[in-house]
Amino acid sequence: MIQDKNRKREVIVKRIANELKDGDVVNLGIGMPTLVANYIPEGIDIMLHSENGFIGLGPSPKPGEEDKDIVNAGAQPATHIPGAAYFDSSMSFTIIRGGHLDVTVLGALQVDQHGNLANWMIPGKMVPGMGGAMDLVVGAKKVIVAMEHTAKGESKILEKCTLPLTAAREVDMIVTEMGVMLVTQDGLLLTEIAPETTLEEVIAATEAELKISEDLKVMEV
Amino acid sequence: MNKIKTIEEALEYIKDGMTIAVGGFLGVGTPEKLVDAVIQKGIKDITLICNDTAFPDKGVGKWVVNKNVKKVIVSHIGTNPETGQQMNEKELEVELVPQGTLAERVRAAGAGLGGILTPTGIGTVIEEKKQKINVDGKDYLLELPIKADVALLKGSIVDKKGNIYYNKATKNFNSLMATAAELVIVEAEKLVEIGEIDPSDVMTPSIFVDIIVE
Repeated sequence: MIQDKNRKREVIVKRIANELKDGDVVNLGIGMPTLVANYIPEGIDIMLHSENGFIGLGPSPKPGEEDKDIVNAGAQPATHIPGAAYFDSSMSFTIIRGGHLDVTVLGALQVDQHGNLANWMIPGKMVPGMGGAMDLVVGAKKVIVAMEHTAKGESKILEKCTLPLTAAREVDMIVTEMGVMLVTQDGLLLTEIAPETTLEEVIAATEAELKISEDLKVMEV
Repeated sequence: MNKIKTIEEALEYIKDGMTIAVGGFLGVGTPEKLVDAVIQKGIKDITLICNDTAFPDKGVGKWVVNKNVKKVIVSHIGTNPETGQQMNEKELEVELVPQGTLAERVRAAGAGLGGILTPTGIGTVIEEKKQKINVDGKDYLLELPIKADVALLKGSIVDKKGNIYYNKATKNFNSLMATAAELVIVEAEKLVEIGEIDPSDVMTPSIFVDIIVE
């Protein structure tokens, strides 16, 4: 299996970038999901949505070229691409909740075989608030979780989440450094396995029951 | 009708214990001069409605640090460690609201609606103690309006009648807060003559604004 931290991230975000289609409106969460933007395939034109109120989020500005009125949802200096549009928070979540957002990519503390997601608090330890995450997961047409398969040796893919949920039964796809899993009516289906990784390793690192696709492929990353 | 006042004059309308809605997203689009004036005057026991508690040294985060607030109604506190600390020590009440729900609760108050129905929060702790309503086979939460005594806005360009233009990502909650308070005070980054903002570019119509400060 892949051990190098940077290579893990690269595998995850590259694979997710390949999932995006021309014309998609996409929201990338803070942290690793943001890196997906660096790997959008040639010829695929997407509009990035920023919860704080615009579509057409561009790359980070060069030092000295920051505009105090343009930041991303993590308050980092940002830019907009030609064709961008700014709006208020009501419109921002009209896009999210109203079925106008094709894909949301976000990290997770835990995700389970029913598509439940926990990523907004650890009781007694960390209570940052949900921000826009609950709306994003409920509203986006496709919810992709981008995360490492385990944390401190413990599986993050469970039979049932134990942390407070962000949303129930909304996750469609989980991409980790070990493979790609789809949430189906019958539970989790492993459809792709990462290079340098064995099936035994994936099963051992997954607490949830994992069905293996008859057409299991190697992740193209 | 002259709406232009000094910050000191505007502050006379802000009292201890009021509910104050403040525009901005992590401090971007927040009226920093008004925020600072509230601290200077030592206003206490504010209930704050805002997207977040920003940073300890920026935006409404400074109110948390200076203990001007007794309760915050926000979607996110993670960028201001002081908020979490005061919450844990039971000095500060924190009501966390999903961001889209917060926007619509404010909008509902401003639009004269009795509440809104949202799927956000179903199956999570957010649904506790809330009425669930099924529409066409799908469950929604009834979320109630939230209204403020005072709204503090930041306008990038404001004309002397009170029409506001918000530049780029500073619009966020400002245009919503403008509709949902008894008294609306806007801090103008640039104050211009009436007519200098094209009516098509007005984002908050002047009728919502009571006081303009520079």
